[in-house]
Amino acid sequence: MSELPRLIVSGILTGSIYGLLAMGLSLQYGVARVLNIAHGELVMVGAILTYTLYTGFGINPLVAAAIIGPLLFGLGFLLQITLFRGLKAWAPSQAAFEGNALLASFGLLYVISYIALLEFGAWPRRYDYLNYVVEFAGMTLRFNRIVTFAVAVVIGVAVYLFLTRSRLGRAIRATAEDPATAGLMGVNVNMVLALCFGLGALLAGVAGSLISIINPVGTTMGFRNTVIALIVVVLGGLGSIPGSFIAGIIIGIVSSLVTGYWQPVFVVPVYFGILMVLLLARPAGILGKK
Amino acid sequence: MDITRFISTHRKLLLVGVPFLIILVFLATLPLYGGFYYTRLLTTILMYVVLSVSWAMFSGFTGYMSLAPAAFFGVGIYTMGFLQNTLPFPVIIPIGGLLSFLLALLVGLVTLRLRGIYFTIFTFGLVVFMSEVVAALESDLFGRVGQHINPLPNETIFYAMLVTAVATVFAIYFIRRSRLGLAMLSIGGNEEAAAHMGVNTTRVKVLTFAISAAFMGLAGVIMAPVKVYIDPRIAFSLSYSFMPILMSVFGGMGQFYGPVVGAIIFAYLEKTLRGQFPQYFMLGFGIILILVILFLPNGIAGLVSKVQDKLGGVIAKLRKGGEAEQHANT
Amino acid sequence: MRILEGQGVTKYFGGLAAVSNMDFHVDQGEIVGLIGPNGAGKTTLFNLISAALPLSSGEIRFKGQKLNGLKPHQICKMGVSRTFQETKIFGNMPVFQNVLVGAFFGSPNRVPAEDAAREVTQALEFVELSAMSATPVKDLTLVNQKRVEVARALATKPELLLLDELMAGLNFTEISEAMELVIKIRDTGITIFMVEHVMKAIMGICERIMALHHGEKIAEGTCQEIACNKTVIDVYLGEETHAGS
Repeated sequence: MSELPRLIVSGILTGSIYGLLAMGLSLQYGVARVLNIAHGELVMVGAILTYTLYTGFGINPLVAAAIIGPLLFGLGFLLQITLFRGLKAWAPSQAAFEGNALLASFGLLYVISYIALLEFGAWPRRYDYLNYVVEFAGMTLRFNRIVTFAVAVVIGVAVYLFLTRSRLGRAIRATAEDPATAGLMGVNVNMVLALCFGLGALLAGVAGSLISIINPVGTTMGFRNTVIALIVVVLGGLGSIPGSFIAGIIIGIVSSLVTGYWQPVFVVPVYFGILMVLLLARPAGILGKK
Repeated sequence: MDITRFISTHRKLLLVGVPFLIILVFLATLPLYGGFYYTRLLTTILMYVVLSVSWAMFSGFTGYMSLAPAAFFGVGIYTMGFLQNTLPFPVIIPIGGLLSFLLALLVGLVTLRLRGIYFTIFTFGLVVFMSEVVAALESDLFGRVGQHINPLPNETIFYAMLVTAVATVFAIYFIRRSRLGLAMLSIGGNEEAAAHMGVNTTRVKVLTFAISAAFMGLAGVIMAPVKVYIDPRIAFSLSYSFMPILMSVFGGMGQFYGPVVGAIIFAYLEKTLRGQFPQYFMLGFGIILILVILFLPNGIAGLVSKVQDKLGGVIAKLRKGGEAEQHANT
Repeated sequence: MRILEGQGVTKYFGGLAAVSNMDFHVDQGEIVGLIGPNGAGKTTLFNLISAALPLSSGEIRFKGQKLNGLKPHQICKMGVSRTFQETKIFGNMPVFQNVLVGAFFGSPNRVPAEDAAREVTQALEFVELSAMSATPVKDLTLVNQKRVEVARALATKPELLLLDELMAGLNFTEISEAMELVIKIRDTGITIFMVEHVMKAIMGICERIMALHHGEKIAEGTCQEIACNKTVIDVYLGEETHAGS
């Protein structure tokens, strides 16, 4: 039973990245109302770019993350002002827009993943960074996982503070709540939507960088990360930022426990069991609002 | 009855029915002169017809985006995998359909009471879920993942798929005109109002979702012997969700022939491009989907309808112009 | 006979009571009006009756039967129908199909196709929209869209019809026509409960009026009584004073 604390800690370390993953998606849906199923592909792009920068140019992955973040922010921003704004303008209703945006992101999923496939090839690669073990409270942990945890938490807290304390953050939350009224109060809604989409992409890219530090990267990893992000987002409540982070930690712990006591193959089925029970009992999620 | 009388009263039915019968006869006799390649090609095209028409049957009418076709298709494939040595092919086919039906029923009952976005998320995850569950089952029961499917005669597979495709097209045609179709459209129009006008929205959604899943399961069983070797990654490949959606959106969901047209075009493209430009064609399809959604959201069928409307307007104007001339001359 | 009754009806949104401990009733054959400033809880009350929202506490009864826990489609089949503040028509269909939904599904028994089609034709004649039965509803003017909503509700063969701000957005002539339509509906035997802001309509056709404010019933009586009621006047004038300053 001495396994348990280690498994839980390990889960928390992984879960922090899941939380970051989900925060981006939650932001994109909560504000811009786009369920971006290509989210995982952006994570993959972040991971692959970090790998390339580290192995090709010797750039420290954490520094690479600082470069990739803004890069992906730009990409997300551009996507929103071209593709999704166009969809919004043409759509006959909100429901039609959300449906079309979803399908467009499905197309985007294939575009991004196949461009990556063509450039990078299909085989997974890995690199080692800070990959040594340390002793902590009687447990042996990999140092790189502690580092990624710390970075994820810092970024998560930063985003939370930004959304709750800053003026722009308030504008964002107002737009999420009621875009029409926010517009009347002087908020540049279009800019806010694009910013949030960009921010969501940034978080995806950075999460990808962090993932690349501890796991192998490959062009097919996008899909799986999207699924994890979706499960975490629903668990935490669509549109709730703190909910996403907490739910990420929980899912991380669940994943760790299932892998440790059972088999890795059962991880996703267990996620789904949890999701189904949750949707039956409390569809708004842990901290979500209907 | 006088033959000319018959033709004029049943004009519309004949206009659609006769070409349809001709095509049907042509397809039914294909294996005799088509050879292996064309029979296989048509089998794949018909499979996509089943998948896209059954996707449009639910998502096109109600507006609830399902990303799960790959899950139900895969269930069909693996049903064949697990039962191929215990039961004959014609028996396995309906079992595959039934299992998909039941799975969809379960998923629908849990998620269709909620907002559409949860349903969509759940269907997306379902594909991964089924893939993992089957992988777990296989490794538990057989100690390995993946299995071989016994080959079957090409003609058998083709005819089975042909019958299924015809059944699917008939199903969507009749559902569209039925009470169920009206209920689904009302849900797509405004779900709250539909409920207030007496439509049991949950029952309608779950039932239709399950019916559409059943067809996908049938297609899966039939395609399994074509694949020869299956594993969870192959059987539950996301492209079996992507392609039907691309085909339906491109073809247009407003008319029942839209998904059929889309299926034919893209199934043919996929088969022919896969050899020459293996990665590029999927990239191209992704771009096409985005472009279609942006610029032609009602698909080809929507375009045809618009053109018909415009033509109708022009013809009416010409007629009115002619009448005016007549009046002026008398 | 009391066709609709509510006792202690309450609805909370978070900590706020949108409707608070309300008792009300509607007698068969009446035209009853529900007035009050914006946010008073009028549409919420309708949503509670039609089960668009669940009750927080209290009871609503239709013809003696409790409505708690029922779903909207069940309540419709029992004989309660409604229109909506933001016209919720089926934009993807023509007028005829919109009304057909009501005809097919509004009744507790299975309706044969010809009967349903006849219902629709009659309903469209009643609201004077027969000429437009093939037009897509999204191409109609607002007043005609509202007519479609009414025809659709009538096709469900209700005994009680809830009208939510039917007159909103209509001009002077359209309001008079709508008022005539409402009376015509009542004369076929249907009881009417209507939320309205347009005073001319309320005073013109309602036999009894209830006034709501902050989720509570503040007054009830005939048009005369309400028009002279100090509380009601304060509430409305109070609104105007605030708006002025």
